[in-house]
Amino acid sequence: MKKERMRRILAQAVAAAFLCLAASGAPAAHKEEGTPGAKKGAAEPHTPHGPQFAVPKPPFTPGIFPCSDCHKEMKPNPTRRTLTEEHTNIVLNHAQGQRWCLDCHDIANRDKLRLASGERINHEESYRLCGQCHGDKYRDWKSGVHGKRTGMWNGEKQYLLCVHCHNPHDPGFKPLQPMPTPVRPESIK
Amino acid sequence: MPKSESRESHAFRMSRRKMMKGVAAVMGALALPEKDASAVVWESFFQKHFRELKPEEMQKVLARLEKEYSGQFRKAVKVRATPPREGVLYGYGLDLSRCIGCRRCVYACVGENNQSRNPQIHYIRVLQLEKERGVDLEEAEHYYNPKTVPEKGHFYMPVQCHQCESPPCTKVCPVQATWKERDGIVVVDYNWCIGCRYCMAACPYGARHFNWKKPGLPEGEMNPETHYLGNRPRPIGVVEKCTYCIQRVRNTPGRYTACVEICPVGARKFGNLLDPESEIRYVIENKRVFILKEDLNTRPKFYYFYAT
Repeated sequence: MKKERMRRILAQAVAAAFLCLAASGAPAAHKEEGTPGAKKGAAEPHTPHGPQFAVPKPPFTPGIFPCSDCHKEMKPNPTRRTLTEEHTNIVLNHAQGQRWCLDCHDIANRDKLRLASGERINHEESYRLCGQCHGDKYRDWKSGVHGKRTGMWNGEKQYLLCVHCHNPHDPGFKPLQPMPTPVRPESIK
Repeated sequence: MPKSESRESHAFRMSRRKMMKGVAAVMGALALPEKDASAVVWESFFQKHFRELKPEEMQKVLARLEKEYSGQFRKAVKVRATPPREGVLYGYGLDLSRCIGCRRCVYACVGENNQSRNPQIHYIRVLQLEKERGVDLEEAEHYYNPKTVPEKGHFYMPVQCHQCESPPCTKVCPVQATWKERDGIVVVDYNWCIGCRYCMAACPYGARHFNWKKPGLPEGEMNPETHYLGNRPRPIGVVEKCTYCIQRVRNTPGRYTACVEICPVGARKFGNLLDPESEIRYVIENKRVFILKEDLNTRPKFYYFYAT
């Protein structure tokens, strides 16, 4: 009787040890299975201090930033409307009709952008704003696949912001003039 | 041995074979570089195969080439022979859904790799293809020249050396002047190439190019950072090809290739296939990828993909 009890306890102990091992092993295995992008995503907490990707300065129109230079004297008008006095050169060709200026630009602090969550971010971090809708592109961008990279393939890389290639108000990539055609073989002397 | 063929009997006999030997020796001597037989010419003439050079011999060869090129292009030219990095196998990705066919890569490559400007040699050829037909190489157009690209209904497919894992070009070389390095780059030793162009016939991607004339490379445009197996100035009569900018990528840390750096749409991706964190591995694991002429079993390390 005593022997049987001992055996039962031993079996339970072995089972418990096995479970413990399995539980500690499982997350490790899961971690290894993650895609590089997912891993990079996890290692990329949005710091309040600024962007964690090396990006050049946002391509502002000369003289337009900081926006508060003009806006701090004005009373904010939250009514959706078409601007007729200022910023008339900005024609929204980016889900127009569904949004307007203050969906992305913060109403209280014009030098900041505004996420859907209400968080205010700097223009240097604008990729987070774009990433709210374009999640797949954002994921590819973070892993270095969407967009241009320069620098070292095995070292420091330079990223570009979304807005360096895509005008945020009209984001389609603009056509380019091609470089000269190659010389035809019959013309090579 | 019969008596008539004793040593004395044919000591001074001029046989047909002996005479031919003598003629060959004289002709051979005449063919040697006699007129400008400086030490440099003799040294390059008797230089060993690149892979048999001892370190000190290598240093001598590089110093000789640096002196020669520096004089020729009137600037300080550096010739390195940086060996492959351990644990690295280079791979290349090209996003067909992004490329707009602007040919910026073609000319960035020419500038970096010291190709001949006239006669023109381009490592990258951009093909314009019709979206309706897909990758139909027989209908491909090299010489498209509209005002702006991309053109409606078309997509663009740049082709360059695919750095095959089983390269047909190196197998056919009769003198082993071209081979695959440990990091996967297929290289040519211009001092060993005899210009038979068998490799050009063997390459299914049209990636090899021949210097029919002395390369026309202006002094001002010459890139002085060179590699022995890459962008050092080429002589007439040798074959050359893309080396994934060997003079850049083998450094520590290694710069991206010139074509990756210039691409305005970011369609070109480059990295280490053995590093699971690299961009190229992300592409292969997460995107729709294909290789060109897969049926030939050349196993290219150049991957076309669609990011969208």
